[in-house]
Amino acid sequence: MALTKAEFGQGVRSALDDPQIRQNFRSAMDGLIRKRLSAFPDPDKLERLRLEAAEIRAKALSRLPDLLQQLEHNCTRNGIQVHWAETVEEANQIVLGIMQRHGATRMIKGKSMVSEEMGLNHFLEQHGIECLESDLGEFIIQLVGEAPSHIIAPAIHKNRFQVAEIFRDKFPDIPYTDDIEQLTRNAREILRRKFHDAPVGLSGVNFAVAETGTLCLVENEGNGRMCTTIPPVHIAVTGIEKVVERLSDVPPLLDILVGSATGQPITTYFNMISSPRRPGEQDGPEEVHLVLLDNGRSRIYQDEELIATLRCIRCGACMNHCPVYTRIGGHAYTSTIPGPIGSILEPQKKGLDQLGVLPTASTLCGACGAVCPVRIPIPQLLNRLRFEGVSKQSGKVPGAGSQRKRSEAAAWALWSWVHSHPALYRLATSMAGRLRGLLPNRIGAWTRVRTAPRLAARSLHQLMAREQKRS
Amino acid sequence: MNQARERILKRLRKDQPGRLPDRPPRKNLSPPRSMADNIQRFRERLEAVRAEVHLCRTEDWAGILRQLMQQKTLGNLRYGDQGPLAGAIRMAWEGHDDAPRLISHDNDIGNWKDELFDRTEAAVTSARWGIAETGTLVLWPTPEEPRSLSLVPPVHFAVLDSASLHDSFAGLVEQEQWSSGMPSNALLISGPSKTADIEQTLAYGIHGPIEMIVLLIH
Repeated sequence: MALTKAEFGQGVRSALDDPQIRQNFRSAMDGLIRKRLSAFPDPDKLERLRLEAAEIRAKALSRLPDLLQQLEHNCTRNGIQVHWAETVEEANQIVLGIMQRHGATRMIKGKSMVSEEMGLNHFLEQHGIECLESDLGEFIIQLVGEAPSHIIAPAIHKNRFQVAEIFRDKFPDIPYTDDIEQLTRNAREILRRKFHDAPVGLSGVNFAVAETGTLCLVENEGNGRMCTTIPPVHIAVTGIEKVVERLSDVPPLLDILVGSATGQPITTYFNMISSPRRPGEQDGPEEVHLVLLDNGRSRIYQDEELIATLRCIRCGACMNHCPVYTRIGGHAYTSTIPGPIGSILEPQKKGLDQLGVLPTASTLCGACGAVCPVRIPIPQLLNRLRFEGVSKQSGKVPGAGSQRKRSEAAAWALWSWVHSHPALYRLATSMAGRLRGLLPNRIGAWTRVRTAPRLAARSLHQLMAREQKRS
Repeated sequence: MNQARERILKRLRKDQPGRLPDRPPRKNLSPPRSMADNIQRFRERLEAVRAEVHLCRTEDWAGILRQLMQQKTLGNLRYGDQGPLAGAIRMAWEGHDDAPRLISHDNDIGNWKDELFDRTEAAVTSARWGIAETGTLVLWPTPEEPRSLSLVPPVHFAVLDSASLHDSFAGLVEQEQWSSGMPSNALLISGPSKTADIEQTLAYGIHGPIEMIVLLIH
């Protein structure tokens, strides 16, 4: 299911035409930008932290196969069962297998973008298994069958009144409220029983530590702890790139992740899981499973420039600072992960023939690259993917060349030819100057909201020549 | 699935980038802080996220705990009756017939899950360390003080010795040599549970405790 330029355009149009979406995103993103800024008041210190975090992630990637084996070894030694999946289909089957072995028909979920990537809820529901999202934002959008529009704040596109209406529709017995604290308390009451009863809990992973076989989860709500503490079985799903080498790598990454994401000094909970319940312990899951998902990551890994994509620690800062994301919101991208990082990651996973339009959803203003806590050169990679999309030679990314249009290629070939022949260039610019009155006023989409550019009567070359003659 | 493993590892090894060298040990950028300074920062950070911090002494913390329970009209308190706090708590409760009921547990959570979810009003646990920089309690739950005590009841009391305060998480991991052995679950807790998922507006008391009260022994 390729996302065509026209379909993407429609999605963008309908988002732009919805003042509620624009207002909800604008105010939320402005708030997140302010919070991040106040978390890092000293720009020099922030740069040092970014350098350090980028180095930790790059170093871990440079040793990835070894670290994955070390992680597997240590997890297994601790009693965590490790599973490998090349594709989302395999990963879904692994999770289903675990559910079926336990005769489980319900699952309670903490926030996991990898499970969104897998389409896990949909898959399990087809097999008669109920999946309940427990992160407040995810819970809200699941009630109305929507996808997350932001990786940190999944329901950011809804305001309190929209949330209040969803609660009124879905839980008519609970008195109506649009007070945020009361809405939160209502969700607490609804979900408590579910945590108590669930036979299986599922979570993502923020960092997997190879040195000790430890899975780290970052959260504020406590639902992640609930999902990984109360049900007898815990399944963690993660991409293979999330591994770090040492425990000492974790504190600096946690610092910069939380500061970049929400501007807090630390989240309420940092949950480090190294094994299932040990003998003598009275609670905690009896089984812990770790599913390592590839789904194209090992292919991204093979390109020395694109590998930087895999450094991402999913803070969402690039979205918060993106002028395009802020205006169109997360849903217009249609991909699992929206915004600048999604626009480089998703086409690499799914192919440029599917999502080749996404790298064009950028003004290349550079904000995403400037705030990225692990210094992913997002603008440079957007350009690389644009190039691969239209290049004639076969590129490394699947679907390279699929965005190539003959007319566009011919126009640029002509442009290149003219610009590399000085005499021709002078002739062309002087002709264009003389004939500028004949240029059309309406040139497609460009002039729908802008005035058409006018050529100057004389080119810079001509003006320079005249200046020199005068002096 | 082993095929998946082999194929993934093979692809990763095929074009593995040059191994980057080890990072030099992290330089500590800030000088060590004084105890008083650390206590103040710890307290400020926690109070900023709506936690309560009470400075106590070794001999009076359990009495303060009982008084706080009564002030907050909490009817019962779950604790580890074999844990490190048990002696002091029982002593402080002695002779106070109006004190909140103490409840404990043995065996598998299956036997006390209903009571934990439905009828437990507060729980108390010890904290192994604290982190001043972020206002954080570090818990390594034990068989005596299971992990769900700091999670499920609406009110969580934590008892921390100020001598266990560290400047930073990085320093704690290094000085206490975490890499030589991790517990099944290590927890950093910095305040009562919270969310900003609706309109980016902070609301306290979502899935974890609604209130967190720290008894800091100094």
